[in-house]
Amino acid sequence: MANAATFSKLYFGLLPRGLRRMGKALASSGICAAVAVLLLIAVPGRLHAQTDCLACHGDQTMQDANGQSIAVDGKTFGDSVHGTQGCNACHTTIKGYPHPDQPVKVECKSCHADEASALTGSVHGDSKDHPCTSCHGSAHTIFPKSDSRSNVYPLNVPRTCGTCHSTDGMAKKHGLASVYPSYMDSIHGFALSKEGLLVAANCQSCHGSHHILSRNDPASPTNKANIPKTCGSCHAKINDDYMNGVHGKAVASGNMKAPVCTDCHTAHSILQPTEAAFRMQSTPICGSCHKDKLSTYRDTFHSQLGSLGGYGETARCWDCHGAHEMLPASDPRSPVNKANLVATCGKCHAGANLSFVQYQPHANAHDRKLNPALYFVRLFMNILLASVLTFFVIHTILWLIRARYNQIKKKSADGGKNA
Amino acid sequence: MPDLELAAAIPTKAGGRFFTRFTRQQRYMHAVLFSTFLGLAGTGLPLRFSESIWARGLAKGVGGFGAILFFHKFCAVVLTIAFLIHVKEIFQRGIANRDFGVFWGPNSMVANWKDAKDLFGHLRWFVGLGPRPKFDRYAYWEKFDYWAVFWGMIVIGFSGYAMWFAPFFAHFLPGWALNAVLVIHSEEGLLAILFIFSIHFVNTHLRPDSFPMDMVVFTGVESEEEFAHKRPLEYERLKREGKLEARLGEAPQTWLINFSRVVGTIAIVIGLTLLVLTLTAYFS
Repeated sequence: MANAATFSKLYFGLLPRGLRRMGKALASSGICAAVAVLLLIAVPGRLHAQTDCLACHGDQTMQDANGQSIAVDGKTFGDSVHGTQGCNACHTTIKGYPHPDQPVKVECKSCHADEASALTGSVHGDSKDHPCTSCHGSAHTIFPKSDSRSNVYPLNVPRTCGTCHSTDGMAKKHGLASVYPSYMDSIHGFALSKEGLLVAANCQSCHGSHHILSRNDPASPTNKANIPKTCGSCHAKINDDYMNGVHGKAVASGNMKAPVCTDCHTAHSILQPTEAAFRMQSTPICGSCHKDKLSTYRDTFHSQLGSLGGYGETARCWDCHGAHEMLPASDPRSPVNKANLVATCGKCHAGANLSFVQYQPHANAHDRKLNPALYFVRLFMNILLASVLTFFVIHTILWLIRARYNQIKKKSADGGKNA
Repeated sequence: MPDLELAAAIPTKAGGRFFTRFTRQQRYMHAVLFSTFLGLAGTGLPLRFSESIWARGLAKGVGGFGAILFFHKFCAVVLTIAFLIHVKEIFQRGIANRDFGVFWGPNSMVANWKDAKDLFGHLRWFVGLGPRPKFDRYAYWEKFDYWAVFWGMIVIGFSGYAMWFAPFFAHFLPGWALNAVLVIHSEEGLLAILFIFSIHFVNTHLRPDSFPMDMVVFTGVESEEEFAHKRPLEYERLKREGKLEARLGEAPQTWLINFSRVVGTIAIVIGLTLLVLTLTAYFS
């Protein structure tokens, strides 16, 4: 028994230390996985080691002096991605029993050096709230990301990020936008939560995982200049169309005033574009740049119908202009090119003809040079309205005063049923 | 007991005579006209001021925009039919029956020299510069009301149908006209709404002579003293010609007065509400 104890102390105290040195040397060449395998093969007694530790830590009620649980579920740990590791592969300072009450903090980066270096400099890099376990869960229950039990399994990623980035989470504490609920109500969120689509964009599809950068960082995939490429990694055809259009070309040439995907679709609350809610919210977005076009659109029946809600069918900007491959009207491929107007208007107005498409969807009744006929029609109507009302308002007020005066003065002399 | 109250509400002395002013058909026409007009105004205003706070609420209230458009078109069709019936009546009376009184004379809606004199005389009376003019069957402001509605229905109706069936109208209207019809429709509609709900309401119903409403368009009859006071020329002419008795009508039934009061009050309240909404939207 004593021999066995001495042997195990020697075995675990010395051999892994040697291997650890080796591991440190090999870590930079990125083959720590291989080291783990080596360890597995070279150390047939590892299960024995877990069993030794679990003799105490297998007790699920075990707590340290601070009342924190220091119990380990051996079964789950055995199934986890680190299940083949000996306890002191991570808890390196513990060489035997009895061991110190305060073991040295486990450093994931001693094996996961690439991830650790990616994390450094990311938005989560400096935060004390974000050790690896914030996202990956307790070190003893980490599963591969292809395993549905993993916190970073695609379908679980939003929930994992949402523990902080939601209304009641750390978002509030740090003044971050509460994006989790917006995402969950978005088309991506629905695809993920309702359909369980593994390919649906989750947080890390756009933001990356370890090396998440602020969108203000030019290297960030969510930086405005990189958005088309980021979205285009899934939406390839739309990205092609977009890059052919004036907006895509402007962004490519460095004009950051031009809209990218998220300017119209938003980043997290992305809606199905045919949805009434999206059709209601989108026109002002185009109008935030194209102000004169929005104001002339507002004067038309299309807008008047559309702004009341519940009637999303009326023409919005992109119904006529196209959405992604935005081309100037002079381009023969543009849906608002003269040659294409009958077809474009005809999408809604059955029977649209050449005369019908003379209608100007952005006419300005106040512009005498641009729309003279409309200008004078409006002027005539305004004068008619103003003069009729002015005359009759004066007429009626005078009449009221006079009739009341007569009524009071002559009591009943003015006749009438109330006299 | 309610009978007594209602009897007291009838605006005449006991035993007074009543004279017919409007035929049953004219009263029905007015009822159709004002109910469809209220419908058109109530559904048209949210469109005209679609950016205002109440527009979306009102649209939601009647079942979304689809419902508003449906009601607007429905009222428009009913009013168009009423208008066509009226035009047919005029032609029948004036041309087929050779009743030229439709086109001129005291029973015609066509303006004449006396109307111009009455207008100036009335204005002078307002400011105390002359006697109150004596009016005949239709006073100048009543003729103005009539023609305003007549012209309004043609203009608003035509521009409305041009928008409803735009591709069809495009066959014979120039391109700019399709833009103009919306301006015309909304401005003329706005004029009609502002005019009816302020000027017509006050001139015809709310002025001291008729306050709170002139019941003659609902009951068809008015008391002798009201007749003699409001339209002395017609009253004296009929008396002189011995035709007064031919116009004698029956005192209105209490239920009709009661019913008319309710309907009239609802119409006036809706109208004034829409007027306030219009003015707030217009000046905000």
